[in-house]
Amino acid sequence: MLLQRFLVRLLTMLVTLFGVAIVVFVVIRVAPGDPIAMMLPPGASDDDIARLRALYGLDKSIVQQFFIWLGGVLHGDFGTSISLRQDVLGLVFDRLPATLELATVALLMAIALGATAAILGARSRGTAVEASIDIASGATLSIPDFLWGLVLILLFGVLVPVFDISGRVSPELDLPFVTQFYLVESLLRLRFDLTWDLLKHMLMPAVALALPLAAIIAQLLKQSLKEVLDLDYVVLARVKGFSETQVILREALKNAALPTLTLVGVQFTFLIGGTVIVERLFSYEGLGNMAIDAVINRDLPLIQGIVLVFALLFVLINLAVDMMYALLNPRLRHG
Amino acid sequence: MDEARIARRGLSPRLWLAGGWLLLALLAAIFAPLIAPQDPLAQDLMLERLPPFWLDGAEPGYWLGTDSLGRDLLSRLIFGGRIAFIVAFAAATSACLIGSALGLIAGYFGGWADRIISRVVDVWMAFPPVLFAILLVAVLGTSLSSVILAIAIIDWTRFCRVIRAEAMSQARMDYVESARIAGYGRTGIMLREVLPNVLPSVVALLSLEMGIAVIVEAILSFVNLSISTDDPTWGSIIAEGRLSIHQAWWVLVFPLITLILTVLSFSQFGEALKARFDPVLR
Repeated sequence: MLLQRFLVRLLTMLVTLFGVAIVVFVVIRVAPGDPIAMMLPPGASDDDIARLRALYGLDKSIVQQFFIWLGGVLHGDFGTSISLRQDVLGLVFDRLPATLELATVALLMAIALGATAAILGARSRGTAVEASIDIASGATLSIPDFLWGLVLILLFGVLVPVFDISGRVSPELDLPFVTQFYLVESLLRLRFDLTWDLLKHMLMPAVALALPLAAIIAQLLKQSLKEVLDLDYVVLARVKGFSETQVILREALKNAALPTLTLVGVQFTFLIGGTVIVERLFSYEGLGNMAIDAVINRDLPLIQGIVLVFALLFVLINLAVDMMYALLNPRLRHG
Repeated sequence: MDEARIARRGLSPRLWLAGGWLLLALLAAIFAPLIAPQDPLAQDLMLERLPPFWLDGAEPGYWLGTDSLGRDLLSRLIFGGRIAFIVAFAAATSACLIGSALGLIAGYFGGWADRIISRVVDVWMAFPPVLFAILLVAVLGTSLSSVILAIAIIDWTRFCRVIRAEAMSQARMDYVESARIAGYGRTGIMLREVLPNVLPSVVALLSLEMGIAVIVEAILSFVNLSISTDDPTWGSIIAEGRLSIHQAWWVLVFPLITLILTVLSFSQFGEALKARFDPVLR
């Protein structure tokens, strides 16, 4: 049952990725403006242009180009970036860890913040505390990450300049890292001074990404908690003499978390999508920031590669959440 | 029931506040040439980075101060509202029409139509929306119509997913079955019976989408990929403000407040409308 579900999901995933590849391929080839002409100095001969077009495979038909590219992708060859003149896959792998670390830190913050608010709200249901949590989460939810980022820049970058609002790490620091997972590596190497510097840079963009998701988690988890809190087994725990907070943490939470989990999965992909503009806002050297540069430079191979990697990330997260849901949900597990 | 009624009464001030701000901003945008105290494009280096009226060094007539080229901030915000509202209405309506139509078809007819439309939605959801928008505008060329088109092309899925789910549950209801027995055609039932019932959700989503469209336009302006003229947009003012943040914070603060109020108002307005139209809550 589970395996069958997994295989069906895997197949849909591949269809989706194929669709993404076609869409992005078609979209960027409709683009006016010749990327090759932008690479060459003015006055380059037609011969030079033609040679360079052939080098990047741009002289063939769209369908031919697509299958050549797809064939390459299946072999792990995403082509060469036109503006940076490096291997696309290498460039993407250089930047992806920064984005993954940022998104993960943001996700953890959102869960911590949202769950705290939900538990607090459920504990004091029917009081002014719950009402204010509702209002705060409603407003937080409506303001997108881009605006939160700007608000944070104003508050903590200008008004009270305590956090860094630009870059990933202080440029004067000497980095001993061999991978691009700076945060993870700084922890493993016990270089907590670097961890602190990385976190200080990451905090503002991560909060900007986390706030809307935290609000959604707060609302949904509080709702499920309130439903669960009226069930018999919870009432029993209360009769046994557990305090309301204990009841929530020990009994209610694990059963109320399931609907939230599914939602967090989908919302996590939105959060990752949000890194594109938030990284730009904070000059954070991640994949999203590079993607915007790639679009501005009309770097077709690089755009294709980045979009495909984002899409892969999205479908993998959805797949993981779906499987987790199936594993945790007793009805599906035995069904 | 009581709770719902209380909730509805609680919505009224929200509706008024949100509607009030939107109306004010809309009127200011429409009558911009009459209201704006200055020419929004007029540069004057003698007047650069004037602070807002309550600070020392402010000039009368430049209520919210000026930017680094000496242009009046209030006038630029008022004129920027024109682009914002045009994009909001045009993009949200287009996304709504495409998405609702496809959602209705997928949800009501099911079968192959549903399978194809749902796959396309899956593909669309696998794109990071902001990157997709930037890519589309770069491809279509920077202009007002490309911005509108890009937002419609990306955000129709928001309508499609919700309307599909609603139409699906409506299609299983008794009244649809009785209409079919009474001899109405499938398309007739869809338009006459199912559509009115999904309309509250459409209206709420539409209002929400207008807020999103304003933000996307601001993001596109921020990365310098919106309309290519000199006309001020909220996003382009924010981009300037971000650059001169340490010299003139007001250039970022005022457009930011304007954007936040507008986005909040659109979403609150949408929720209030939904509560008002929702037969269950009513």
